Amino acid sequence: MSERFHTERGRRSWGRVVDAEHRIGRAQTPGSVEALFASAKAAGLSTLAFGLGRSYGDSNLNPGGSLIETRGLDRFMAFDAAAGTLRAEAGVSLDEILRVVVPAGFFLPTTPGSRFVTLGGAIANDVHGKNHHGAGTFGRYVRSLTLARSDGAVQRISPETHAELFAATVGGLGLTGIILDAEIALTAIPSALIAQRVEAIRNVDHFFELAEVRAAEHEHTVAWIDCTAQGDRLGQGVFSSGDWASPGGHEAHSGRMGPSLPFDAPAMALNPVTLRSFNALYRWRQLSKPGLSTVHYSGFFYPLDAIGHWNRLYGPRGFYQYQSVIPFDQARDATRAMLERIARSGEGSFLAVLKTFGNTPSPGLLSFPMPGVTLALDFANHGAATLALMRDLDAIVLAAGGRLYPAKDGRMSAHAFQESYPDWRKVEALRDPLISSAFWRRVTHHDG
Amino acid sequence: MTDNPARKIVILGALSAMAVQSARRFAAEGASFTLVARDTALLEREAQDLGARGAARVDIVAADLTDTADADGLLRQAAGKMGGLDTVLLFYGVLGDQARAETDADHAGTIIAVNYSSAAHWVLAAARILEQMDAPAGRVLLTASSVAGDRGRRSNYVYGSAKAGLSVLMQGLAHKWAAMPNAPRAVNLRLGFVDTPMTADVEKTAKPLWATPERIALIVERCVKRPGPPTVYAPWFWRWVMVLIRLMPSPVFNKVNL
Ligand SMILES: Cc1cc2nc3c(=O)[nH]c(=O)nc-3n(C[C@H](O)[C@H](O)[C@H](O)COP(=O)(O)OP(=O)(O)OC[C@H]3O[C@@H](n4cnc5c(N)ncnc54)[C@H](O)[C@@H]3O)c2cc1C
Repeated sequence: MSERFHTERGRRSWGRVVDAEHRIGRAQTPGSVEALFASAKAAGLSTLAFGLGRSYGDSNLNPGGSLIETRGLDRFMAFDAAAGTLRAEAGVSLDEILRVVVPAGFFLPTTPGSRFVTLGGAIANDVHGKNHHGAGTFGRYVRSLTLARSDGAVQRISPETHAELFAATVGGLGLTGIILDAEIALTAIPSALIAQRVEAIRNVDHFFELAEVRAAEHEHTVAWIDCTAQGDRLGQGVFSSGDWASPGGHEAHSGRMGPSLPFDAPAMALNPVTLRSFNALYRWRQLSKPGLSTVHYSGFFYPLDAIGHWNRLYGPRGFYQYQSVIPFDQARDATRAMLERIARSGEGSFLAVLKTFGNTPSPGLLSFPMPGVTLALDFANHGAATLALMRDLDAIVLAAGGRLYPAKDGRMSAHAFQESYPDWRKVEALRDPLISSAFWRRVTHHDG
Repeated sequence: MTDNPARKIVILGALSAMAVQSARRFAAEGASFTLVARDTALLEREAQDLGARGAARVDIVAADLTDTADADGLLRQAAGKMGGLDTVLLFYGVLGDQARAETDADHAGTIIAVNYSSAAHWVLAAARILEQMDAPAGRVLLTASSVAGDRGRRSNYVYGSAKAGLSVLMQGLAHKWAAMPNAPRAVNLRLGFVDTPMTADVEKTAKPLWATPERIALIVERCVKRPGPPTVYAPWFWRWVMVLIRLMPSPVFNKVNL
């Protein structure tokens, strides 16, 4: 077994904007993490955990330093179907977890929109799902975790035993150490099916009306917005809500993958015309079957996972994700202002998602969700124009007391970050001195 | 794929990446396992994992597989604990270092002992026991050999010769069983490049030729469940690559740096 690093050029994250050289090491056993820390130290390299690379920007990259890939830590440790708990190593993917727990009648307490993320990555970003308004974030269901630090310490920590370190680690962007394993609470489900309601959203005001009503009625809600629409139709889109259906079987999703984009789409593929057509077509498709239907969870929670490497759709220069959250009192005006600015730019995105976050507090010092409205957008990387658009959006978000999601970010300023995440210094104080990331260096300006 | 009763499997070299991935596929169907390898802590990790994935029972035996003194006893004991035995998978091996093997006799000896001498003992012991077993799911002995055994090459001929020995042994066993009514099946995988911790330090040029352990596990599952040929190239294209390499006349072959 090898605990050495090899050089890799061209490592990118999901948005594919940053293209960097790294030293890469693979952790195959919990013990090899310690050995890799030692190798990194000996080589004078900072390091960072890398899961399945589903973060979009630069929070999972460490150019000039090293990455420790955690996928080899993919063992289940204990699945207790009576208690509804699972303990597994941090490199296990949510995909693998679901294949084991769904047939036994369980689901993840909450899930992001891709099941190809690791347990460690889900904790490090304290991810949220369509049920945030009821369930809160993923980190709330972490009972304990094992954290390895570069000084050789390996500790099992929980909110009860190590409150501070736990709060810095959940949503902690991998900075406090490498999570070796975690125990999480699962949710019992009556079936693997979701009873879904799909309806049209006429405009921004209509979204706010619907969101309030549907979030009270349904466990899962999310809206897709056509960001090419302007004027009275600004914010038009499709609202979907869902609840676990009963009865029905407990069949996990199929392991077979759908088609995959084998190479970059030409940059031309995405332009205002194709974008407008796509949005019109998508809306028409969704609304051609409005009302109630029963669907498998895989289509409801993970529509994008059906197409492998869809991130190549944006061409070789990649794309930025931009996800913000705005507190409720400012949300309506700020959302309208953002959608107007985007529609005017003609840069609109294929995927614009609006959702409300509930009042359940997030357990992490750097957790993104807070009560309010979150908007997530993709922007193809067109260089300066795209960056200028995002800077304008930043101004709207910050003025409204909102913030951006580090998992999706590849360029927010240190000022924007520090203003909206005042607890960052506490995490910096608990950061493992060997660990660093491109994101963290940029938003805190430390050398390392 | 036929829905056979859950299998009772002994894995020799259970910590190899291909063994791990193969075991997961059978665990999901409720198989029982006896895992044999050297490191107790890592075996326990694998046992927990297979248990959570649905294995009916997992026993572990920490042993150095080059010690074959009680090979029969170990297999018999495993069969006793699992209430039978229908599948033996042999996955262990060492790549070694060809240059070192040419100057360091002990190193050469280790490569031969691990990949051939000990493997031969286990194969013969497993054959004796499987012949006596009565198993509704069908009995299979599967070994992981290598295309390196198909033609000696300057870069790895010590390793290759040991794997060639294993391949011929399995071929002979398959020949014997083909003539016996109601016999177990012998399947020998001839593997090309597989991206595992064993090959972590090998530079991965010609990327498309490298298979993942998951892909090999699918082939293992198919070979165990379905009757088929005794020699299986994994993945399939190696059959044709090796046909070309074997057919190459020596004057040509000797000019190629392989
Ligand atoms: C299609 C798609 C949909 C998405 N939908 C959502 C969504 O709805 N909600 C949401 O919240 N997010 C969403 N995301 C983002 C995604 O959930 C997060 O970026 C997630 O953290 C990625 O996990 P990963 O395993 O790929 O980790 P990576 O991206 O590789 O790493 C993420 C971070 O986790 C750290 N990390 C990884 N493993 C460990 C470990 N073992 N110990 C310590 N730190 C570790 C890394 O250092 C890095 O900081 C989505 C992403 C995609 C591609």
